Amino acid sequence: MVESNKYIHAVYDDDDTLLNAVKVLKENKCGIDEVYTPFPVHGLDKVMGIDETRIAIMSFIYGCIGLSIAVLMINFIMIEDWPQNIGGKPSFTFFENMPSFVPVLFEMTVYFAAHLMVITFYLRSKLWPFKKSENPIPSTTDDKFLIEIQSNGEDKKIKALLKKTGAMEINMYEKE
Amino acid sequence: MAEERYSFNRRLKLVSFSLMILGLIGLSFGFITAPKNIQEVREIISHHDNGEDHSDNSLKIQDKININSLSIKYDSNKEEDEHTISHDEHVFHQLSNKPWAALYIAAFFFFMISLGTLAFYAINRAAQVGWSPILFRVMEGITAYMLPGGLIVIFILFLSGLHLNHLFIWMDPDVVAHDKIIAAKKGYLNAPFVIARGLFFLAGWSLYRYFSRKLSLAQDIAKDNRNHKKNFRISAGFLVFYIITESIMSWDWIMSIDPHWFSTLFGWYVFASMFVSGISTIALVTIYLKSKGYLKEVNDSHIHDLGKFMFGASVFWTYLWFSQFMLIWYSNIPEEVTYFITRMEDYKLPFFGMVVMNFVFPFLMLMNSDYKRMNAFIVTTGIVIIIGHYIDVFNMIMPSAVGDQWFIGITEIGGFLFFMGLFIYVVFNELTKAPLIAKGDPFYGESERFHY
Repeated sequence: MVESNKYIHAVYDDDDTLLNAVKVLKENKCGIDEVYTPFPVHGLDKVMGIDETRIAIMSFIYGCIGLSIAVLMINFIMIEDWPQNIGGKPSFTFFENMPSFVPVLFEMTVYFAAHLMVITFYLRSKLWPFKKSENPIPSTTDDKFLIEIQSNGEDKKIKALLKKTGAMEINMYEKE
Repeated sequence: MAEERYSFNRRLKLVSFSLMILGLIGLSFGFITAPKNIQEVREIISHHDNGEDHSDNSLKIQDKININSLSIKYDSNKEEDEHTISHDEHVFHQLSNKPWAALYIAAFFFFMISLGTLAFYAINRAAQVGWSPILFRVMEGITAYMLPGGLIVIFILFLSGLHLNHLFIWMDPDVVAHDKIIAAKKGYLNAPFVIARGLFFLAGWSLYRYFSRKLSLAQDIAKDNRNHKKNFRISAGFLVFYIITESIMSWDWIMSIDPHWFSTLFGWYVFASMFVSGISTIALVTIYLKSKGYLKEVNDSHIHDLGKFMFGASVFWTYLWFSQFMLIWYSNIPEEVTYFITRMEDYKLPFFGMVVMNFVFPFLMLMNSDYKRMNAFIVTTGIVIIIGHYIDVFNMIMPSAVGDQWFIGITEIGGFLFFMGLFIYVVFNELTKAPLIAKGDPFYGESERFHY
């Protein structure tokens, strides 16, 4: 199949109609490229068959990294480098003085898990300041829902299908 | 629409009765083998010194006994003879306390499960929760054990008040006369007042349970929501009563076993313990009933929610455990820190083992969202949490009652099994008395369709 830069845009004004349209398109084995919605539509990812996110697993790994860094840091500073007697705290081994390190261990774990997960999210969804907005029509951030399908030469068939699902308007669109 | 009713099957009944009988045998073994007087203790100790290996583990004397006992340090300047007498007396008290402590720990633990469930139930009612009405009858079944269980605990307190055991040293007038610290607390810590308080608290909780259950059953056949609204109001009221009385109960029934020690967050700590074991029990009973073909409408999202609560409450318990431990460890004030020194020296394995069982294990097992939907994971974690919190109560009571003479042997396991059998019998018997699902609840439909 030749990759074309022509797209069919179908606009909906209701999330239930949209969900139903996605279901119908899936049943007719029509590939959907993108769906634009103004708010999270519950169940949309399931109907579209999008894989579950793995960001929670990443977050767990980041938390483990944060914990390890905290342990190594505190162990080096408090136990190995300069084991001073500070108010009688037992700085002989890490475990003897561990309770006083726990607040730091906890916070570092949370800090790494949260921040690195957010940065991962930005990277994976390609979000950053000064990024050019990708909305085909601005009203998808307000009250319209839009399905984008790459044209494959059978435009008429797809258009007829979209019409049946209750699309308000169907347009052709060309991406640069 | 056929009413779904649970029938107590014969096999489970048999299990509960045999648990009770086994438990009774274990407990009576403990009471029979406990030394009756100081002479017997001397014999046990001399046996030990001769190098004879005692097959009876519950009476094993540890080697460090001669170093560890506080009374020795206290008496070290006195003559050798006097020293052995006071040492033997000390060990005698500890050994004779052992079966009583085993009984008391198990009695309190199972009572605590049903009280924790009652709190969870009231929170669900007061918060107008949409997911859990499908489990209300299971919770009501579990809370049925609260009244008999609480009465047993108060009865043991009453027996202590009659000086049949030496669990609570503040009940001993001899001790109080020579102890200024306890004497100063006499206005609060005296047997009649403590028992009266206990009865008053238990009456309050039971009244709420009685009326809430009644309204819940009435709602099943009602045409309007009046019963539900009334239940909402009394649940909110109960929670206020509960949080105050639960705190005081934990001082009276647990903290007072160590009358020289006090901790301000102890009430919450005990609450967290009962809350998480109560939720785990709800999950276990629900999964059991579902596996027997009842509660068909319960889906894996309900189990998932219970799993989340088990996870969250376990972490909450750990937070309180650590906050109590770390603050006392950090400041290291002698009068407070002895509490943890005895536990860390003589109870190393149970003290740190329970943190693994109550925190590390559920934390890793229940973190994954998919695992929380799988019955095998919830059941495994639930059992570990429940045993872990039994050890938690063990750690709260044993060190003050028997010191380093502890052992998890026939007596302790017997106590656990006896009350487990009683608990199973009372709970499942209560479940037969009403339809298993509160279909009349206004949130029932939402709960049935609940998915996450």
